[in-house]
Amino acid sequence: MLAALPLPYPFELSFMQRALLAGVAVGAFAPLIGTFLVQRRMSLIGDGIGHIAFAGVAIGVVTGVHPLWTALALSGAGALGLEYLRSRRKASGDLALALFFYSGIALGIVLLSRELEPTNIMGYLFGQILTVNVAEVATIVAVATSVVVGTLTVRRTLFAVVADEEWARVAGLPVGPMNTLVAATTAVTVVASMRAVGILLVAGLMVLPVASAQLLARSFRGTLIWASTIGVASVVVGLAASRLWDVAPGGMIVLVAAGTFATVTVASSTRARAHGKAERAAASIDGPDPATAILADSHSADRLARDGE
Amino acid sequence: MGYAPGAHPHPPEGTLARTDGSLLEANHVSFSYGTAEVLHDVSLTVRAGEFVALVGPNGSGKSTLLKVLLGLLRASTGTVTIFGDAPEHLTERWRLGYVPQRPELVSEIPATVEEVVSTGRLARRAWWRPIAATDRDVVRHAIASVALGELATRPIGELSGGQQQRAFIARAFASEPNLLVLDEPIAGIDRGSQTRFRDSLVHLIAEHGAGVLLVSHELSAVARDVDRVIVLKNRVIFDGPPSELTRTGVSLGVHREDLPLWLEGLG
Repeated sequence: MLAALPLPYPFELSFMQRALLAGVAVGAFAPLIGTFLVQRRMSLIGDGIGHIAFAGVAIGVVTGVHPLWTALALSGAGALGLEYLRSRRKASGDLALALFFYSGIALGIVLLSRELEPTNIMGYLFGQILTVNVAEVATIVAVATSVVVGTLTVRRTLFAVVADEEWARVAGLPVGPMNTLVAATTAVTVVASMRAVGILLVAGLMVLPVASAQLLARSFRGTLIWASTIGVASVVVGLAASRLWDVAPGGMIVLVAAGTFATVTVASSTRARAHGKAERAAASIDGPDPATAILADSHSADRLARDGE
Repeated sequence: MGYAPGAHPHPPEGTLARTDGSLLEANHVSFSYGTAEVLHDVSLTVRAGEFVALVGPNGSGKSTLLKVLLGLLRASTGTVTIFGDAPEHLTERWRLGYVPQRPELVSEIPATVEEVVSTGRLARRAWWRPIAATDRDVVRHAIASVALGELATRPIGELSGGQQQRAFIARAFASEPNLLVLDEPIAGIDRGSQTRFRDSLVHLIAEHGAGVLLVSHELSAVARDVDRVIVLKNRVIFDGPPSELTRTGVSLGVHREDLPLWLEGLG
């Protein structure tokens, strides 16, 4: 066991520091891959894969293999299966998700019903970040580093593929490998995050910081940076609050991320209203700026044309 | 295309086309969705430096033909070659620029014009390599060529429909293509954008010898610049210069509504 670092309350204890390290790693990389999922309009895939991971954990409990590995194997296979169905258009995105979602949870329940003491399963469902050991922290940090480095290296190609797949195919970009990468990374992210926030809340940490980031950023690069920053901040604040009020850290972390989204939404709509009011005031004093008027005209013409289609 | 100073405007000698300068060729192509035949015995050619418009009424098979030409669908019978190769075996994909009808891109995550256009460079280099200074120059020039220089750092979702379409044209320009294929690029965009769009295409053809295949049912903006019009109604029912079409009483440039109406009654 490593000695505690001289950090202030509430992170002065070594178990809190392990939780902080694991949490910060998860908070940084889960929203990073979540950004690509949101762009592809597959925000809930993390949730679906989480349910498949639940079946994987159950297999681990029943067979005596470490649940982390069985969860990784099953959710990896599930993610690739989902991607296969999506890309071949064998089933609509949400139908394919529902198929895996419920099969996963049902398999998990059936397998665990044979267990006499399925209490340790709660840690995987709702997260038990305060009990992570040094080896688990090391695994999470290693996974996080690989995902962050890998994603950032190919971010432009990944962006091109998830944003406009047909165009990317014509342009000769590696569409298949990139889609497989997104699916596999999502599975790895879910499994690596489940000790921190739990299978049921993983998707929240992948997607909620992205929801806030897209309101704050004005570029894809900016969205990635904001999403990771908000993910890390949610973990730090959520952990601190859970220690302070003695509540479940996994739930608290995701609640902070949700609260951040609510705050950012209100702030950005207030700012947009104020901006609109200032623009109207300026227009009534100076009269419309010709360039703006032309731009506004073309905007409304386009909108009309699009509405009419 | 040589948007960047010093950039190589053309592919190495002899690779532009294997035979008679044709960049794209379809020979007796047919395609069916199940039992419904959408394309019947379609043959067409686009040569270097040529501006070809492919027109046809709704349901005439334009989009299907385009997908077959681009290699997104495989012809039931007949052959397609791009730069002398079958689309699925084409290795230098950057030589083919494509502007889709309704890009999926305008969606959840903000992305700047520059970020979107930069993806056009990815086909020119190994996808894991970082963007080089030359790439940035080409991207900047591609954005300038569609008159979006001042909006380069703006999120694309904030742009008007016409400006967005120009950004997607710039994305295609960024790979410095030898053949540009555009699917309904001027549908529903404002007149100013149409003029700039026309200027960009004319520049691409005149300065860089590229071939252009424009799929549209509205040709007014480019009517005077088109070399050849191909009218499709599940099969090719006309392939010739616009002057021949005018002889049949169709004006491509003046009466915008004439063309689709005329096409409905044709064949």
